Amino acid sequence: MSAELFTTQNQDSPILAQNLTKRFGTFTAVDDVSFGVRSGEVFGWLGPNGAGKTTTIRMLLGLIKPTSGDAFVLGFNSARQTKLVHANVGYMSQQFTLYSDLTAAQNIRFYGGVHGLSNDELHQRIAEIIQMAGLEGRENILTGSLSGGWKQRLALGCAIVHHPKVVFLDEPTAGVDPISRRQFWELIYQMAKDGVTILVTTHYMDEAELCQRVGFITGGKLVALDSVGQLKRTQMRGQVLEINVSDPEKAVRILKTAQQNHQVPLDEVALYGAQIHAVVPDAQEYKDAIQQVLTEENVRVHSIEWIAPTLEDVFISSVKAPAEQN
Amino acid sequence: MNQFAISATNLVKEFKTNQSVVTAVNGLSLQVAPGETYGLIGPDGAGKTTSTRVILGLLSRTRGESSVLGFDSMQDVYQIRERVGYIAQQFSLPRNLTVMENMLFFAGVHSVSIEQQRKRIPELLTFAGLNDFKGRLAGKLSGGMKKKLALACSLIHEPQVVMLDEPTLGVDPVSRREFWNLLGNLRAEKGLTIFVCTPYMDEAERCTRIGLIYEGKLIVDDSPANIKEMIPGRLLEFTPSSFAEALKLCNEMEGVLEVQTYGEKLHVFVDEIPTREVQIEAALTSQGIAYDHLREIQVRMEEAFISLIRRQKESVEQNAMLGDVR
Repeated sequence: MSAELFTTQNQDSPILAQNLTKRFGTFTAVDDVSFGVRSGEVFGWLGPNGAGKTTTIRMLLGLIKPTSGDAFVLGFNSARQTKLVHANVGYMSQQFTLYSDLTAAQNIRFYGGVHGLSNDELHQRIAEIIQMAGLEGRENILTGSLSGGWKQRLALGCAIVHHPKVVFLDEPTAGVDPISRRQFWELIYQMAKDGVTILVTTHYMDEAELCQRVGFITGGKLVALDSVGQLKRTQMRGQVLEINVSDPEKAVRILKTAQQNHQVPLDEVALYGAQIHAVVPDAQEYKDAIQQVLTEENVRVHSIEWIAPTLEDVFISSVKAPAEQN
Repeated sequence: MNQFAISATNLVKEFKTNQSVVTAVNGLSLQVAPGETYGLIGPDGAGKTTSTRVILGLLSRTRGESSVLGFDSMQDVYQIRERVGYIAQQFSLPRNLTVMENMLFFAGVHSVSIEQQRKRIPELLTFAGLNDFKGRLAGKLSGGMKKKLALACSLIHEPQVVMLDEPTLGVDPVSRREFWNLLGNLRAEKGLTIFVCTPYMDEAERCTRIGLIYEGKLIVDDSPANIKEMIPGRLLEFTPSSFAEALKLCNEMEGVLEVQTYGEKLHVFVDEIPTREVQIEAALTSQGIAYDHLREIQVRMEEAFISLIRRQKESVEQNAMLGDVR
C-alpha cells in the first residue's frame, strides 16, 4: 500500500496496524498484518485459537514490541509512546479482573485511583458506572457474590473509568447468558455513539454479527476484512443446503458414505437438530444428486433448500482455505 | 422400568445455609427419550448445573423423583455410573498425563477390561481426531483438543447416555463446530442419548429438543422449530440513527408486540406486515430519525429465548403484585 493512503488512514484510524509482524524464534505469530479501525467503529477481531489475535492486541497496546511494522493507537506509536497509549485506552479481558472481596463501588474507586482520578471525578464516575451497569441498590454487595452479567458490566465500567477514547475487549462475554450479552452489546454501542472506538474479540459468531466490520486472522495472516453482509457474499466457498428428511440419523450416514465415495462433492455434512446441513460447491447443481442418493436408500426427502450462510459458516470456510493450501 | 433415557418428576433441590434456604431446582419435570439430543437452556443461575448433578446422583435431592435409564438417581448410583458419561462444567483432565495415559486412566476408573481397552481406545482416538497426539501431555493440548479428549474419555465405558455441562466454553468456532459434529456422529451412528447444558443459542438449535429452565422450573419443552413458532407476530430489524428515541417510539406504538435491542439495531415484533412496517417508517420520519436496512427477518432461537424469559418474568412479577393486593 502507498504511503499516501496510510497518511489519510492515520487521521481517521484510532487503531492502526501497518505491516505488523511478530516472530517468536522461528515461529511467525503475526505475519504482515495491516488494518485500520475507524473512529467510533465497533470492530470484530476474529480468529481461531493460536491465530495471532491476542499477539496483535498486545502489540497495539504496546505490551510487546513488533519484530517489524508499526502499531498506532490514536496516532501514538504503541512501541515508543506506550505511556500515552495506556493513558488513552481501556482494556477488558475475559477474566474480568475485579477484586471479589471489594464492593462494586470500591472496585470502581480502585481502578479510578490507578488512573489518577481526583476525588470529585471519582465520585461522579462511581455514580455513572453504577447506573450504566444497572447496579443501583447493589453498590455495597461484595463483587464475588454478583452474578455473571453484573460482574461483566462492572468490569467494563472499571475498564472505562478514565473515559478512554479507544477500548479493547478480549472475549468479554464468555459464559454469560443471552440476555446479559444483549445488555452488554447495548453498552458497547452507547460508547460507540459517544465516539469511542472499540475492538472486540469473540469466539461466538452470532455475536460477531453485531460488529460493523470484522477482520479474520488465521495462521498470523489477515485473510478477510469487511462488513458482515459483504463477507457473507464474497468469502463463502460453496453453498449451504438445509435438508429435511424422514430419518435424519440414517440420512447423515448415507450422505457421509456418498462423501467418502466422491459420489457427491460434499464439503461438510452434519446434523443440525432435526435437519441436516450440507455444504456443496453449487446448490442448484447438486440438489438433485442428494435427493437421488437419499431416495435410493428409502429416506423420504421433505425438502432441500439453499439457505444463507451464517457468519460461522463463512468464518470456518475462510480460515480453512489457507490451512488447506499449506 | 420406564422407557425414558432421562426422567425427572417434580424434582426439588434446596440448599440450606445458616440464614436461609435457597431453592435451586423448584419442581422440575422432564423426560428425554433414547436417541434424543436434549438441550437444557436458561439464564445464569436458573438451575441447569444443579439439575444435571441431581439427576446424575452427584447431589442429593430434597424431594421428587429422578432417574437415568430407569435407574433411580439416589439409589442406583453405580448402575448409572456404569452407563452414563459426564463432562462437568470447566472440567479439567489431569494435565501431567499424556492423551493416551488419560484414556487409560479413565478406562481404569470405569473398570474397562484390557481387551475392551485395546479395541476402544484406538477407535475413540480416531473418532476425536487425536491419533497423532497420543504422546502429548493433556496440559499442552489446545482448548478444542482438550474438550475432544474429555469427550473421548467420557465415552470409554460405552455409555448409552452422555451429560455435558457447557462443554464448549472458551472454545474457538472451528473446534466448536468439530465438537458438535462429533456429537452428531454419535447420535447418527450409535443412537446415543445426549443431554447438554448450554448458554449458546446456536448450539441449542442443533438439539432435537430444548428445555428452557427458569428459576428452577421447566417453562418450555419442545423442538427448536416449535419454540420459535411460539413467539407471536413477525419480526422487523433496522438500524436507527437515534437509538434511545427510536426504542421509545416503537415501544409505545400500536401493533408492536415487543422490542428487543440487538447491538446498534432494534428488533421489533409486530402483529402484521406490511401495515406496521409502513407505520414505523412514517413515525421515524416524522420524528426526524433516520434508519437503515429496515427488513423482515426470521426469528432465531436467541430472539425466542429472550422473549420467553421476558414474558415469564413479567407474569411472575404480576402474580407477586396480585399477591400483595390480596
